[in-house]
Amino acid sequence: AWASYMTNSPTLIVMIGLPARGKTYVSKKLTRYLNWIGVPTKVFNLGVYRREAVKSYKSYDFFRHDNKEAMEIRKRCALVALEDVKAYLLEECGQIAVRLFLAKHGFPSGFCAAQGVFFVESVCDDPEVIAANILEVKVSSPDYPERNRENVMDDFLKRIECYKVTYQPLDPDAYDKDLSFIKVINVGQRFLVNRVQDYIQSKIVYYLMNIHVQPRTIYLCRHGESEYNLVGKIGGDSGLSPRGKQFSQALKKFIEEQEIVDLKVWTSQLKRTIQTAESLGVTYEQWKILNEIDAGICEEMTYAEIEAKYPDEFALRDQEKYLYRYPGGESYQDLVQRLEPVIMELERQGNVLVISHQAVMRCLVAYFLDKSADELPYLRCPLHTILKLTPVAYGCKVETITLNVEAVNTHRDKPSLNASNLPASQTPVRMRRNSFTPRASADTVKRPRHYSVGSKPLDLLGPLPSLE
Amino acid sequence: SPARELTQNPLQKTWEPYDNGLPAGHSAQRGVCMTNCPTLIVMVGLPARGKTYISKKLTRYLNWIGVPTKEFNVGQYRRDLVKKYKSFEFFLPDNEEGLKIRKQCALAALNDVRQYLSEENGHVAVFDATNTTRERRETIYKFGEENGYKTFFVESVCVDPEVIAANIVQVKLGSPDYVNCSNDEATEDFMKRIECYKNSYETLDETLDKDLSYIKIMDVGRSYLVNRVMDHIQSRIVYYLMNIHVTPRSIYLCRHGESELNLKGRIGGDPGLSVRGKEFAKSLAQFINEQNIKDLKVWTSQMKRTIQTAEALGVPYEQWKVLNEIDAGVCEEMTYEEIQENYPLEFALRDQDKYRYRYPKGESYEDLVQRLEPVIMELERQENVLVICHQAVMRCLLAYFLDKPAEQLPYLKCPLHTVLKLTPVAYG
Repeated sequence: AWASYMTNSPTLIVMIGLPARGKTYVSKKLTRYLNWIGVPTKVFNLGVYRREAVKSYKSYDFFRHDNKEAMEIRKRCALVALEDVKAYLLEECGQIAVRLFLAKHGFPSGFCAAQGVFFVESVCDDPEVIAANILEVKVSSPDYPERNRENVMDDFLKRIECYKVTYQPLDPDAYDKDLSFIKVINVGQRFLVNRVQDYIQSKIVYYLMNIHVQPRTIYLCRHGESEYNLVGKIGGDSGLSPRGKQFSQALKKFIEEQEIVDLKVWTSQLKRTIQTAESLGVTYEQWKILNEIDAGICEEMTYAEIEAKYPDEFALRDQEKYLYRYPGGESYQDLVQRLEPVIMELERQGNVLVISHQAVMRCLVAYFLDKSADELPYLRCPLHTILKLTPVAYGCKVETITLNVEAVNTHRDKPSLNASNLPASQTPVRMRRNSFTPRASADTVKRPRHYSVGSKPLDLLGPLPSLE
Repeated sequence: SPARELTQNPLQKTWEPYDNGLPAGHSAQRGVCMTNCPTLIVMVGLPARGKTYISKKLTRYLNWIGVPTKEFNVGQYRRDLVKKYKSFEFFLPDNEEGLKIRKQCALAALNDVRQYLSEENGHVAVFDATNTTRERRETIYKFGEENGYKTFFVESVCVDPEVIAANIVQVKLGSPDYVNCSNDEATEDFMKRIECYKNSYETLDETLDKDLSYIKIMDVGRSYLVNRVMDHIQSRIVYYLMNIHVTPRSIYLCRHGESELNLKGRIGGDPGLSVRGKEFAKSLAQFINEQNIKDLKVWTSQMKRTIQTAEALGVPYEQWKVLNEIDAGVCEEMTYEEIQENYPLEFALRDQDKYRYRYPKGESYEDLVQRLEPVIMELERQENVLVICHQAVMRCLLAYFLDKPAEQLPYLKCPLHTVLKLTPVAYG
């Protein structure tokens, strides 16, 4: 079982806070995390609706609380956004809608109260943090296409003042004591958590308490080329080939040149990643959960051998590579669940180098770069290549660094869809019955709602095999 | 210098560098949260606020996930020193003799804390006392600093008289302090004891204590205030404390019905139920019906035998892959005799240290515990749950609830066709 089915009823997350308090940053990050663990989530940003309604932004005057015309527009935008939220949750089978909702928190009472509502408020009184936020994300906002920095800063600070007049922070002792919420104070220094209702709210709280905004860099790479790589065998626990050892030396040099402060190095418990780390001559930590995907009965075979011996399995895997589970082994979906503690700890840490494996690295990259389940198993993670990720603004800057050491290519693209490839006696894809197919935040394809096992039967590719 | 050679530990199947003079600690096993310096958890709160309950539960959880933890209850030190408890007057704020003894006990406990964390390889110490004044907390914080410990405060604040009364009934009436008193006498004395603390109680303050790391639990978990979480272990502790509750409930643990491979004496695999196994499933359905459990959740693994067992109940159930039986790797579907014949060394190693022993290309009990942690966390969040799982898995879950150490865990008795009903009561 995984996160998605635990949330049987949809949740509406409402962001609260003055401008430049990190609401959009938190919304996007939280949405990325939830989608990655398999809970369909979407952000509804009021600013975007406002920008569509009012084509050109003139100045902070729009946000003055006594500007009646502007207030009307903003109210209408809020109602349109709420309608979209409703549609997403009820018709498009989304699970969680994250809405940016600024100062006022008087919720339109017409909204369906049956849904779980969880408020996330960001409170910050540190002027340096606020100034840094404005420079990082507001200066490049569509609202300020040509202004220079000082004008932007000035206008934006005045915009904040407009909101301060009517801002009513969540009040846990009296007015809002029955609401479910988390108040994040000064970028995570302090938290106030009230009435967590369910599993997903508990996970959201845990996630928000672990993320930080300190600048840092994450390096992802695979082990050096292994003996099995050379002969095309998957899985197993082989050692490095001579070129693999060369790569380890090159990696050591690269790391030294980067001059990284307090770098943590993580490996799996398989020999090839440990051998790679050993060359660095620094302390490293072994994580069993970073081990490569378990190919079950196909372990230590080549793709040609698998195709010959298990043609049905081979075809099924190409059909649905994310959900496909090797008999006696794992699927990419299982891998994501297994890797969740790694992601959580990566969020907590500073500079980290993770030496892992192809499938594992694809899952980690998908998290950081917000890739959907469809793309994840086909992401390019070649040997002897390092991905350098630096959080910036609302996302991640990626730099691909190839250390010039030759290696075999272990990548298999998705074969073109050809009906004749599918075996005649096709059994339905062995999917877990109670899980969602994750998507990246931008995905808007409709997916059917899945129910808990035993309630409503799943019918995606025909009936599931009977247990008798 | 060339990279060090690796050798595989035959018991745990982990790769370790040869020891050839290079500094130790190059390669650390990520078993669980690794803390560089020990952590001192300091409970704060008036009597009957659940401090000991939280201390014991937290200690049990941390030990189970592999973090050596011990609790130090100052009240126990006081009982050892002052053989016979007379009355609440011992706790009056102007009782010089009482104050002297209580301070002595606190210092003795701190001394034992130092021994545990600095000499006995403990990672976490839970200091269970009221610690209601800022002055006392300062003393403890300084003690932590001097010894290189990180200090984390856990305060429990509760004003609901019903909750307090219930606590007193659950754990105070049976205390050694009140062994010769009637319930009414004990309650009256205890309420007066609480009063002794109230005047000098200084709760953790958002401004005055803004540089401390702490969690303040309000009204048994209705809300929490969390300040300056410093590291991984504190983050895990906060997450755990935010997921536990005290609503009465029962947890039912059992294995799948007897399987076809059980009949043949083979381990692992994914067989279906035998005839007797199916009978058990029916009896289980009957038993569950008779128990008349409110809102029962049923969990199984993703292996056929647990799912078949659940199917007989005719209620919705949820499948967890992490509840799958321990992976016996190359020994899957073998009998113990075959294992002994084909892998005599492995067979011997397993008996040597059954908890840490990892099957070749498989798992160990230690791996299983790490895998099961999300199940434990969700069991804490839930109320009435029936978990239909497997022998090794059930042993791990049972060890958590009954506070069994790693050495005993792999030998806990979990026979087929037996249901264990666990009901939280007092401190256990």
